[in-house]
Amino acid sequence: MANESALPETDPMLVFEGVTKEFPATHKGENGFKALNGVDYTVPRGTITGIIGRSGAGKSTLVRLVNGLEKPTNGRVLVDGTDVTKLSGGSLRTLRRSVGMIFQHFNLLSSRTVFDNVAMPLEIAGMPAKAIKAKIEPLIDMVGLSDKLDRYPAELSGGQKQRVGIARALATDPKLLLSDEATSALDPETTQHILDLLKTINRELGLTVLLITHEMEVVKTATSRVAVMDGGKIVESGRTFDVFLRPQHATTQTLLASMPGTGLPDWIKRKVKDSPAPGDDALVRLTFFGDTADQPLVARLTKELGLDVRIMSGTVDEIAGDPFGNLVIAYSAEPGVMEQARAFFAKTGLVAEEVGYVD
Amino acid sequence: MSIDMLVNLLAKGLWQTVYMVFVSGLIGTAIGLPIGVFLATSGKGELFAAPGWNRVIGLIVNATRSTPFIILVVAIIPFTRIIAGTSIGTRAAIVPLTIATIPFVARLIEGAIREVDKGLVEAARAMGATPLQIVTKVLLAEAMPSIALGITLTIVSLIGYSAMVGAVGGGGLGDLGIRYGYQRFMPEVMLAVVVVLIVLVQAVQSAGDALARRFDKRNRKS
Ligand SMILES: Nc1ncnc2c1ncn2[C@@H]1O[C@H](COP(=O)(O)OP(=O)(O)OP(=O)(O)O)[C@@H](O)[C@H]1O
Ligand SMILES: [Mg+2]
Repeated sequence: MANESALPETDPMLVFEGVTKEFPATHKGENGFKALNGVDYTVPRGTITGIIGRSGAGKSTLVRLVNGLEKPTNGRVLVDGTDVTKLSGGSLRTLRRSVGMIFQHFNLLSSRTVFDNVAMPLEIAGMPAKAIKAKIEPLIDMVGLSDKLDRYPAELSGGQKQRVGIARALATDPKLLLSDEATSALDPETTQHILDLLKTINRELGLTVLLITHEMEVVKTATSRVAVMDGGKIVESGRTFDVFLRPQHATTQTLLASMPGTGLPDWIKRKVKDSPAPGDDALVRLTFFGDTADQPLVARLTKELGLDVRIMSGTVDEIAGDPFGNLVIAYSAEPGVMEQARAFFAKTGLVAEEVGYVD
Repeated sequence: MSIDMLVNLLAKGLWQTVYMVFVSGLIGTAIGLPIGVFLATSGKGELFAAPGWNRVIGLIVNATRSTPFIILVVAIIPFTRIIAGTSIGTRAAIVPLTIATIPFVARLIEGAIREVDKGLVEAARAMGATPLQIVTKVLLAEAMPSIALGITLTIVSLIGYSAMVGAVGGGGLGDLGIRYGYQRFMPEVMLAVVVVLIVLVQAVQSAGDALARRFDKRNRKS
């Protein structure tokens, strides 16, 4: 697990303390279901923090505790210092106004126009119509829907609906925004636009965002910190960059492997051998990031070690705003050569993984 | 029978029918609506969870609905006398019609509300809405198209029921048709009554459909 104490952000916006949630059995005689199994986690103020996990890991259950849609069986949930689990009635409703939420299926009222949907949280809070108008028109402008004020949700695309959802969630000036699979019903391009919007909001309004997703791609582009959930527990957490670079838990590794651009391309996987035949090359995957990303790597390997390097595949990408590259190369599998190469990688701070052998 | 007389009789019958249907429909909806909302929101784990009451009210509603209307009319005569001051006439007929309308409307409203996407209730709760705000701003607002169609159906059924209250001297078009058309064997009166009823039901249905369409923003093409 990445070293959390070394991180500069220590001011917590949201804290889970020993949280468990057991759903009662549906049939008599059966055991209840433990959806959350002791979650301790802190979301620092001003970050976009991701929670990723497979279906059924307990992600939705966890976020629903934050605004009291669900009560934990044990533990505390602190939003900006207030224990949500202790609130009920009016005080809970007041807290909910300081926590915005967006949903996978947008959950817009079909009977209301864009304007009236965004106005709804303020209407509920009892704000006069004039003040509502002054408040939400800039919001609708920010999400780029000023020309759709009087449209109904049925007349909007998925991406536009989610923009309405975001504007609605921001209407009450929340300090925390919860997003439960908000991009899962959208195509990749629209997903990027929505994530860009969330990043802008995070930057310009200083809003803390908790982003639930099952897609590594979303974590990669939008978050600076991530927690991986499995079986009702957080199994790994830290800075997104670190978790991507050095995934510790098997769940994280599996989730990463399913992402395009990581892992080995299929055609190479088919060719990899576990032991070398005479004349075979060693197959090595290099991961480079930060300052190691812009070294003339292959040239140095060739020049300094006199190696014949074959480039098998390569990608350069960005994680949480930092460059991140992946290069698969092959060179002579002679033990002496491999030893030399290892020393070279250690010296230059490159992460190198010997994957196997190819002919 | 002269045309004048026939028109007079039809006008009077039509007025009585419209009057009975309107008043019993209005009162029945006013009482049936909150009952329907309660039925739809008081199940286990729901907004106003009260499973015991939910079952009791549900039972009463079912019992009332399964009593044949003509038996209901006769059975509640003492009650009708208390409410309307008489057990005979158009005013008296409104009582059983209203009693029959309440459970009908209650179940229609319940059904319409249960169709509303649970995600919308969740979103409203997350916004900090009170249970009452959820009912008015989400459940009823979103169920409006179905409710409009349901009330239309209620009115059409009431027009049919109102033909039966001739049994207690309720008057109206149905009563006219039976007394003149059947008992005095005047087929032209019967025919006229049926024509007027068809036109009336058609008008109500078209108005209801149009209203439901106006409420329905779910399938708009821009
Ligand atoms: N109200 C409930 N009653 C009983 N069990 C529930 C309830 N809500 C969730 N669960 C169970 O808790 C587990 C976690 O559910 P949750 O919705 O939190 O998962 P998730 O990580 O959000 O999954 P997904 O990616 O599919 O949305 C699941 O096994 C689910 O069946
Ligand atoms: Mg979920």
